[in-house]
Amino acid sequence: MAVQPEVIKPPRTEVGLLGWLKKNLFSTWYHVLLTFFSIAFVYVVLRAVITWVVRDARWEVVVVNLKVFMIGRYPTKEAWRVLVSLGIVVLLAMLTWVFRRAEGKPRRWLVIGWLLSLPLITILLRGFSRESPFLPLVSEDVWSGLLLTLVLAIVGIVASFPLGVLLALGRRSKLPVIKVLCTVYIETIRGVPLISVLFMSQLMLPLFLPPEIRLGTVMRALTGMTLFSAAYTAENVRGGLASIPRGQYEAARAVGLNEVLVMGLIVLPQALRAVIPAIVGQFISLFKDTTLVVIVGLLDLLGIAKAVVGQKEFIGLHKEVYAFAAVIFFICCYTMSSASRRLEQALGVGER
Amino acid sequence: MEERLETVEDIIICRDVHKWFGDFHVLQGVNVTIKRGEVVVVCGPSGGGKSTFIRTINRLEEHQRGDIIVDGIELTSDLRNIHAIQREIGMVFQSFNLFPHLKVIDNVTLAPIWVRRWSKDKAEETAMQLLERVGIPEQAQKYPGQLSGGQQQRVAIARALAMQPKIMLFDEPTSALDPEMIKEVLDVMIELARSGMTMIVVTHEMGFAREVATRIFFFDEGDIVEELSTEELKAAIQDPNRAKKERTRLFLSQIL
Repeated sequence: MAVQPEVIKPPRTEVGLLGWLKKNLFSTWYHVLLTFFSIAFVYVVLRAVITWVVRDARWEVVVVNLKVFMIGRYPTKEAWRVLVSLGIVVLLAMLTWVFRRAEGKPRRWLVIGWLLSLPLITILLRGFSRESPFLPLVSEDVWSGLLLTLVLAIVGIVASFPLGVLLALGRRSKLPVIKVLCTVYIETIRGVPLISVLFMSQLMLPLFLPPEIRLGTVMRALTGMTLFSAAYTAENVRGGLASIPRGQYEAARAVGLNEVLVMGLIVLPQALRAVIPAIVGQFISLFKDTTLVVIVGLLDLLGIAKAVVGQKEFIGLHKEVYAFAAVIFFICCYTMSSASRRLEQALGVGER
Repeated sequence: MEERLETVEDIIICRDVHKWFGDFHVLQGVNVTIKRGEVVVVCGPSGGGKSTFIRTINRLEEHQRGDIIVDGIELTSDLRNIHAIQREIGMVFQSFNLFPHLKVIDNVTLAPIWVRRWSKDKAEETAMQLLERVGIPEQAQKYPGQLSGGQQQRVAIARALAMQPKIMLFDEPTSALDPEMIKEVLDVMIELARSGMTMIVVTHEMGFAREVATRIFFFDEGDIVEELSTEELKAAIQDPNRAKKERTRLFLSQIL
């Protein structure tokens, strides 16, 4: 006759919440001291912050100027166009989330949708000539505030990524001319600060282009940011490429794939997957670097914040305004960061 | 270059093939002719050049002197010739080299879809047949990292066979496997040999050689030292001194 073995439970103070507290916070006398000091410190700071946020801060500066923060000097009459553009992006994002496939590969029509949205939104926001009745021109040099920050960041990211991949492949090329050109480009750009690249693109870009093409300030700043970020992305991608074992190339060649297919089907997918954290880190940096365009006279979110504080009704309310800007930046960057984590999980980074 | 419909009888011809790695003369004038349907086992000490030799046949290494002619196509620097030859040769590596970012079934269907331009359905049907042939159809939806070494190597064999090659090269296919998995891979290779595939196998598994090899080359210092038939190998396994050359006797007595 089998007897049920007596199940002996672990002592209550060693496991669960009590056990965790005992082990991590109260294990020795100096840990106990540290715990109390930390709790006291956190309490003091939190109390000061929450009191300020709830009672002392004058949030009307943010509420009253909300439109200015969001779209800057974009004409209020045409603000609906910004909302529609936002609606398109939100719709595409929701569709992508609903129809995502487990392996992380989106459906073809979704990709087409995203690709079409770029020119569509550009036309919508920019409009046609000044006289046209339907979508009058709102030159991109007028765009400011969060709108400008997002435009600079998104276009910069989307344009610098393929350029960076090409540069990385070029740097590893066996053809000496291409290899030298790519290396010189990457090392030069990485050797100068973004501010000087922005200055150079403002002043020197018109020299390289034929006189008929006149780029506005925003376009010149965009070019500078794209060229800058591409160099850093290239080095990240190059690191990923170097981590692919030779056996992968050999197996791909042995099974009959030509050089283009080897790169596109076998090597690049693995290389890019491996450096997603580094690449998204570069994108997050780029997003925050857009604040530097104040140097060339553009008003991004921070530039607008400064202008808002300068108004005579709201002088002295720096804390509220910059705290608000900081929260917006945090939301955007954290979104990118957690999207990156989910993408890594979907693609099995670190597992396969 | 169109695909050749008939296969020539002398499917691999190597004439005076030399190769150097820097100053190191790794292949020293190899001359060999392999006929369709032969199963050639190449064995010998490390550094003797046997892996390099089979890798020059499908251009994973480039020979510097001599001629290599595969299925009537001469192996030169012409990319069209190289690609045509690589399509006709399948290779199985010591470290499997499966594509880790693709499922097992996608590993097998990738090349037929992209190189032979088959439809996805045809490729998957063939892939499942091959996976059944190597004994692991139930693993089709898994990723290579989830399989054991023996299973991975069998997937690698299926992947090579999916391109319907005329020649299969094996570079020490069981050297990286735990002993209990060696048999399952060798069984697949034996079945493949019995079905008439032309195979060149670099291996130390003399049991496999005894079972299906038509010729055994003993390779050392960049060239074929001695060639044994199956009977001669069986005799040499019993008594290494039956081999003609001293180096062969030494090697056999070490591995047997």
